[in-house]
Amino acid sequence: MRVRVLYFGVLKDAFGRGVEEMELAEGASVADLIAACRGRYAGVREIWDSMAVAVNQEYARAEMVLREGDEVALLPPVSGGFDW
Amino acid sequence: MRVEITDEVIAAEEIVAEIKAGEDGAVCVFDGIVRNNTRGRKTLYLDYEAYREMALEKMRGLADEAVERFGVREVALVHRLGRLVVGETSVLIVVASAHRGAAFEACRWLIDTLKKTVPIWKKEQFVDGAIWADGEPFPDEIAVAGPERQG
Repeated sequence: MRVRVLYFGVLKDAFGRGVEEMELAEGASVADLIAACRGRYAGVREIWDSMAVAVNQEYARAEMVLREGDEVALLPPVSGGFDW
Repeated sequence: MRVEITDEVIAAEEIVAEIKAGEDGAVCVFDGIVRNNTRGRKTLYLDYEAYREMALEKMRGLADEAVERFGVREVALVHRLGRLVVGETSVLIVVASAHRGAAFEACRWLIDTLKKTVPIWKKEQFVDGAIWADGEPFPDEIAVAGPERQG
């Protein structure tokens, strides 16, 4: 199945693109997609543990099963800082 | 409820003036502006980007929740994207309420929660380089790893 993957912030820069189509096995979960990205882009390892993922614009858990046509966004921690 | 993501200058004074109504006793404003440095490193400008549709939806949710939680009358929540220079407003939060306590609390809760949960990022351009600002960790209920794998 194909899903549409969106990258933001530091991930977008690291991957050199903001969006791509990705082919995944039927029944693949959010965790599987992260594993696939991790394998391809080892350079930004530290980001993976602090990330959030949105599926069709809602925050999703690692175990969530993806479906054909889903929009999956990989979200680094948001522009915060508590220093305002 | 005025909730917006804009690429234009935020008309802070106008938004504050518009929100006021006869039954209000307090208007609390948070005006988040671009600082000229981060930990002493001189900032030239910031570039804000967002997962725009989701960010707007999350901001609407926060505005509704603020009204429900704190009993305030009205909320305006506006975030700007793109390139902002020192002193410009990146986020404006205005809360109108009959009493000041609720207005202060709602305003504080809104900015703190927005900065942890709304998908907007900033890249800081310094004289000598650029970095994506370190974000706060996502709350457990949002982080993809979930509470059992945090820490």
